[in-house]
Amino acid sequence: MAGRRIVITSGKGGVGKTTTTANLGAALAKRGYKVVLVDTDIGLRNLDLVLGVEKRIVFDLVEVVEGRCQVRQALIRDKRFTSLHLLPAAQTRDKTAVTEAQMDALIGELAEEADFVLIDCPAGIEHGFRNAVAGAREGIVVTTPEVSAIRDADRVVGKLKERGLPHTLIVNRIRPEMVASGEMMTVDDVRDVLRTEILGIIPDDEEVIDTTNRGEPLVLDPNQRLAPIYLKIARRLEGEKIPLTRLESQTFLTKLFSIWKAG
Amino acid sequence: MLDFFKSLFKPQGSGATAKERLRLVLLSDHLSLAPETIDALKADLFDVFSRYFEYDASQAEVTFDHREREVAMLASVPILRVRERTLPPVALAPVAVAVAPDPPAIAEPEPELEPVEAEAVEAGPAPVAALEPEKLPIAPAAPRPRKRRRKRNAAASNGKAGVQPGLSAGHSAQA
Repeated sequence: MAGRRIVITSGKGGVGKTTTTANLGAALAKRGYKVVLVDTDIGLRNLDLVLGVEKRIVFDLVEVVEGRCQVRQALIRDKRFTSLHLLPAAQTRDKTAVTEAQMDALIGELAEEADFVLIDCPAGIEHGFRNAVAGAREGIVVTTPEVSAIRDADRVVGKLKERGLPHTLIVNRIRPEMVASGEMMTVDDVRDVLRTEILGIIPDDEEVIDTTNRGEPLVLDPNQRLAPIYLKIARRLEGEKIPLTRLESQTFLTKLFSIWKAG
Repeated sequence: MLDFFKSLFKPQGSGATAKERLRLVLLSDHLSLAPETIDALKADLFDVFSRYFEYDASQAEVTFDHREREVAMLASVPILRVRERTLPPVALAPVAVAVAPDPPAIAEPEPELEPVEAEAVEAGPAPVAALEPEKLPIAPAAPRPRKRRRKRNAAASNGKAGVQPGLSAGHSAQA
């Protein structure tokens, strides 16, 4: 059976698409699935850097599409999670180098052999977005609880609806103490405004920067605070019913201790 | 701990403001309406209202509510009293029908209603002012009973006329 083809998108840049793709991919791989991550941000590739495999790139997505190499030659296998693979974007080409039909065919080919193909989408809703979405059959919209990110996420949700793609939402960089004091939109607010089911809630945490600096997906280390959160999201993606942790509805003391257990 | 208690009694923070601003901007995004267009719509709406009622402008509001498949416009307009008609009723009747849903008729105790009604009628310049309030329901002029009925509804809902014109934008909301 062909694997799932999921685009991870947001509209706005800088909300955590690439970090989410890397960590969710690693979490799925850790749970035993064969996962291919595809960086479709041609000209601005970064997923390789976040995963820490930037020195191992030989061929890229555009070269595969143009027939200069086989898909398997371009795939980089992660040394820490052996069922995790990356198809890197081209860095010196532009987004028009690939068509929607080519992307659809390529992702289809990858899904033949993988359980999950996660497509890291470029910011915006132009050519690069259309390419990334063309290869997908479902979507995950990443947003942060900020007005600009949510408005852009709304546009993306509309685009996914137009294409008939089922989609869920990951709310990234929630700060529970700000939610508690009313200075940040709650997860319920975000869900109400976007009218989209929530797949996961990820608290704002410095360890994301720290692990990204080193190019290590944080699910690698079970002691990382966010690791169980990404693993929970992975399980929800598999279809398991795990209730969301309501960060903002807890009392002060439980909140203090549960920030690390969110998801 | 102090922060927590503060947050309990604190008025709504900027999170609520963000949500409200987003609701509004997404509405205009979805309907492809500029915010100025929505403002103009509100102004026109209140203009029409003011032909029929004197209302409390400081409390009047028009909001938009996202439903499952549509956007509904809700107007909440506290009515102070009914105006006498100065424009031809024929031209205005469709508007009146459009903004008045048919809520179940509520039997309103007459004494509560009459003083307001009488006051409004007396204030008006039209010749109907001479009519006794009790005679209004059987007055021959077509628009009178409707106006009176709405007045009752307004009184029944504590001076607020809940208006749902059903401005639904099912398709454009999905765009």
